[in-house]
Amino acid sequence: MELVTVWFILVAVLWIGYLVLDGFDLGVGMLLPFIGKDDLRRRVMINTIGPVWDGNEVWLLVAGGATFAAFPLWYATLFSGFYLALFLLLLALILRGVAFEYRGKHDSVRWRAGWDKAIFVGSVLPPLLLGVAFGNIFGGSKIGPIAGTPADFPLATDAGPINYLGSFFDLLLNPFALVIGVMLVLVFATHGAIFLALKTGGEVREASRKVAVRVGLAAAVFAVVGLLWAQAYSGRVAITLPIVLIAALLWLAGIGMTLKGRDGWAFLFSAGTIALAVTALFVGAFPNIMLSSIDSAFNLTVHNASSQSYTLTVMTIVAVIMTPIVLIYQGWTYWVFRKRISTSQIPEQSSPGRADDRFASAKS
Amino acid sequence: MGALDLARWQFAITTVYHFLFVPLTLGTVWFVAGFQTAYFRTGKEKYLKLTKFFGKLFLINFAMGVVTGIVQEFQFGMNWSEYSRFVGDVFGAPLAMEGLLAFFLESTFIGLWIFGWDRLPKKVHLATIWAAAIGTMLSAYFILAANAWMQHPVGYEISATTGRAVLNNIGLVLFQNTAVIAFFHTISASFLVAGSGVAAIGAWMLMKDRQVDIFRPAVKIGAVVVLLSAVVVSITGDMDAKIMVKQQPMKMAAAEALYNTTDKAPFSILSIGDVAGDSATAVIEVPGLTSFMATGSFDGNVQGINDLQAQYEQTYGPGNYAPYVPVSYWGFRLMIGLGLIAAAWALWALWRFRGGRNPKGKAFGIISMFITLGPLLGISAGWIFTEMGRQPWIVFGQQKTADAVSPLVSPAEVWISMIGFTLVYLILAIIELRLLLRYIRAGAPENVIEDPYDDSKNDADKQLYFAY
Ligand code: HDD
Ligand code: HEM
Ligand code: HEM
Repeated sequence: MELVTVWFILVAVLWIGYLVLDGFDLGVGMLLPFIGKDDLRRRVMINTIGPVWDGNEVWLLVAGGATFAAFPLWYATLFSGFYLALFLLLLALILRGVAFEYRGKHDSVRWRAGWDKAIFVGSVLPPLLLGVAFGNIFGGSKIGPIAGTPADFPLATDAGPINYLGSFFDLLLNPFALVIGVMLVLVFATHGAIFLALKTGGEVREASRKVAVRVGLAAAVFAVVGLLWAQAYSGRVAITLPIVLIAALLWLAGIGMTLKGRDGWAFLFSAGTIALAVTALFVGAFPNIMLSSIDSAFNLTVHNASSQSYTLTVMTIVAVIMTPIVLIYQGWTYWVFRKRISTSQIPEQSSPGRADDRFASAKS
Repeated sequence: MGALDLARWQFAITTVYHFLFVPLTLGTVWFVAGFQTAYFRTGKEKYLKLTKFFGKLFLINFAMGVVTGIVQEFQFGMNWSEYSRFVGDVFGAPLAMEGLLAFFLESTFIGLWIFGWDRLPKKVHLATIWAAAIGTMLSAYFILAANAWMQHPVGYEISATTGRAVLNNIGLVLFQNTAVIAFFHTISASFLVAGSGVAAIGAWMLMKDRQVDIFRPAVKIGAVVVLLSAVVVSITGDMDAKIMVKQQPMKMAAAEALYNTTDKAPFSILSIGDVAGDSATAVIEVPGLTSFMATGSFDGNVQGINDLQAQYEQTYGPGNYAPYVPVSYWGFRLMIGLGLIAAAWALWALWRFRGGRNPKGKAFGIISMFITLGPLLGISAGWIFTEMGRQPWIVFGQQKTADAVSPLVSPAEVWISMIGFTLVYLILAIIELRLLLRYIRAGAPENVIEDPYDDSKNDADKQLYFAY
């Protein structure tokens, strides 16, 4: 296999890792106002993802870093082109990350309510924006050479002068991308609810299962529309259509398992759905990595946007050694925190100004 | 302002901000690991209390380090897409390695450490903070190697077909002396920052006569760390200067505002007048010191800005090849000065706390509080000096900053993101500072539950030992 193909697969794997893992903790964040009717329940929810959300988010950073190393021209075109969308995504992730850590550090209702809003907004915006971005990457956006570029620049070997020529609104006004965006929000909400059902007990679990079924069905509608629509852009429908159909069946099976109370299976199935859907998008696009809606000659491909073979070889060695190690220790983390959490197990909040326990102030 | 200046401001604001939290993380994580190890080995409760106290402060800071780092990861593509195209083949590699080797490690094990007190055997829990600490060191190493490549590009060639840099020796990129020395200089400087923070907080608590038994060791350990790291920072700084003269002589000339090539170049500690012009008058001068720093001999020859400018015009064509001299000159002095002042303070502190003494008196307390800020400003000054001293190059000798900016990102877009980040960063800075102060004032926890890990109590209703 060509090294660029290996890296195409690796980048897809990193995205799958990100969407499956951060997917559920973003989902939990989104559901905070809906399932977390009171502070105790909200804290149950937050604590299910407390130990792992940061590690999950790193999958996004590594997907970004790997794109930089393996496909620098993709990294450059994508992030300078989708500038404002990325800016909003970063703001959302900043607020959300700080919110988890700071929410419990001051004992005030207003303080917590503020951070709860940050968690909600910071959890809804990323999937929406990422979905819109994916829609534009795989459905085509206005990329092409800047006016005045020599007509004969070597596109087959180097997509150097290719840039995104459109505006922020061109990204948003792409109906296909919008469908993918909304789909991702709903899928993550469901995935998060299923995770909550798996990780909690008592009233939070009951509420989560209900949400998982309801939102899951709404997500199914958008997913069917979005993924069938995606076939219009797929270069190999004969492979991607069956993948998409299997994904749809898995999704329904996941909802079924939730109804039966088999939370572990439900989670496995929703994770599988996400993985298959992303696979279908990538397989359908290969060897393209960013489609041009102006002219397919301007598509970024694994060939014209990649690093040279020496870099790819070095990075392949690093990735082949490190990825399994990361999977092992992250997997171990889930094992360590495998127990369900319910409201009765949540200790009193420990911030200074409150005279409770081990962290509290000396002036009690 | 045009898109270029805006992009530079944006990058400067976000990196300098990121690097306020980074050195605190890099240093404090070892203090926390050290205190917890001391507790593990001695079983003394005061060490557990210190672990908890500084652990809390560490986490408040770490959260900001993480979220501001996320921005950095994508900024190269956002604002510097031409740079990313030109160097991605080389520069992307250490960045991706940082993610795979370091970010996963630190983020995963920090999560385990925060929530793992009652879930992991004591020894394993201790190992998690060590793993996280190692992760931060790896992270620093890879990003500094990437940065060192911008200062002194090696291990690459320029492709004849694409005109882009192509990696041909990863070993050189990762282990060239510029990277190794920058690592030790930055890490020791980070220890200086964190050590003075720990010592000053301790000193303040002692001044208030609070929890003396707990904070006395903190002051001593902190001050000793400051002194040791001041020695290492000076040695590595000196090595840094010697290679800088070879690799980026213009930066050294600008650091000393040395316009004309001289032997026995002095080092001016202070000067008045306009260092940007030709007319600065040194007020206090150490003869030959700049020559010594640059060459190892007090009458070594140091090249001046004017000669270098003429040389570079010959090599690279017309243009201005000197950085903005006042920033280089004052940045260099702030870096060294603030670090050395902190070292002097540490000596003073150790002397005042000698042999069980416990000084009263406000002056010392107030000075101590300010001392926490000095090295932090100093370490920022070091970076600003290094980065602005490299200008006009973004990759020395290969690409100018002006050619690196994203061609189609409009000034309006950069304004939006710059104002957005700056506002959010300001608000978060205020919140963070208030949280830190509140937790410092609260002092160390009075009662710590000993040995929370207990497998026999693994029943479902047991309360979590720690929860957000
Ligand atoms: C000398 C050290 C150093 C330097 C120069 C930088 N960083 Fe940093 N960075 C760290 C040392 C560090 C760290 C110590 O590893 C941090 C700080 C606090 C933390 O949480 O980890 C971190 C966090 C951090 C994160 C979040 C990681 C996570 O989620 O755990 C990212 C994505 C970056 N950084 C990226 C960057 C980039 C792209 C930089 C270049 C401009 C940069 N950092 C400069
Ligand atoms: C180690 C990783 C780093 C890399 C790869 C890096 C890279 C860059 C890049 C691409 C620029 C843009 C060029 C320019 O604006 O002049 C820049 C500028 C700058 N960087 Fe860094 N940087 C790093 C670390 C830091 C740190 C830690 C700081 C300080 C806290 C810093 C401070 C600055 C400043 C102040 C500028 C603006 C210089 C100017 O506008 O003249 N950098 N750096
Ligand atoms: C005798 C003392 C010192 C000397 C001679 C010295 C020298 C230097 C030199 C020459 C550089 C530029 C490296 C380059 O651009 O190639 C540098 C960078 C730097 N300095 Fe210092 N320094 C000293 C003390 C300090 C102190 C006390 C701090 C922190 C408080 C500090 C923090 C930094 C940082 C963060 C950088 C940028 C990273 C790097 O390039 O290594 N330095 N120093």
